[in-house]
Amino acid sequence: MADDRQSIIPIESDADVVTARQRARAMAGDLELTSTDQTLLATAISEVARNITTYAKRGEVELSVVKDDDGREGIQVIARDQGPGIENLELAMQDGYTSGGGLGLGLPGARRLVDDFNIDTAPGQGTTVTLVMWARPNARAA
Amino acid sequence: MAVPILKQGPFLIATIQAALTDTDVLQLQDDVMAQVTRHRSRGIIVDVTALDVMDSFVSRSLQGISRMTRLRGAETVIVGIQPEVAFAMVQLGMSFEDVLTALDLEEGLALLQRPRKEAGDGGG
Repeated sequence: MADDRQSIIPIESDADVVTARQRARAMAGDLELTSTDQTLLATAISEVARNITTYAKRGEVELSVVKDDDGREGIQVIARDQGPGIENLELAMQDGYTSGGGLGLGLPGARRLVDDFNIDTAPGQGTTVTLVMWARPNARAA
Repeated sequence: MAVPILKQGPFLIATIQAALTDTDVLQLQDDVMAQVTRHRSRGIIVDVTALDVMDSFVSRSLQGISRMTRLRGAETVIVGIQPEVAFAMVQLGMSFEDVLTALDLEEGLALLQRPRKEAGDGGG
């Protein structure tokens, strides 16, 4: 049981990105997140995990079940790396800005997909992105 | 996992079977371009029904296939985008404005079989 509620996926290749989002979807299904929310979460994970392989080469995604003060459960995703960090966070959070040859939708896009989004980064200090998707109140079973 | 591409008359049909890694997606781009050239195809259908996630990389790559094949005189139609996936794509900021889409394979083929306008796409 406890094993199902926490999981760390090393991210070193594009296959690991797929593994991370599939693992998260399975956890989200167990928490009875709606299928739309599962998809939004899986897509957000894909974006932040790809940032790891693109900019830091390697890192990890940690998945866990968290609870808020009202007892509501959610899936927390922590994507961390020891890569170069982000020099200008404000710029990186703007739609369309990219330094990696992509569309620049990764971070701002991921922020729009989930309920809570937090990023902790500094040049040379790596990057940690934390996402949470909460179970909807009406999905609560008796 | 490689995406099988079937030739159906003047069209190609690429049916994605399972979750794609970025490498798979790039491979699909190359394969489609090679086959379009080899068969002088007029249209391509990419069936994404099996995809439960279309992130910015996959979306951008499919957009790339659409643009590249158009330069070769072939139209690409993306079919089978799941409702949840469509929702996520819009939230993400992928609007697919210049990409043809259809509900399913049948609708996609119907779209490709329409008489062509000779005046070009008039995109802007």
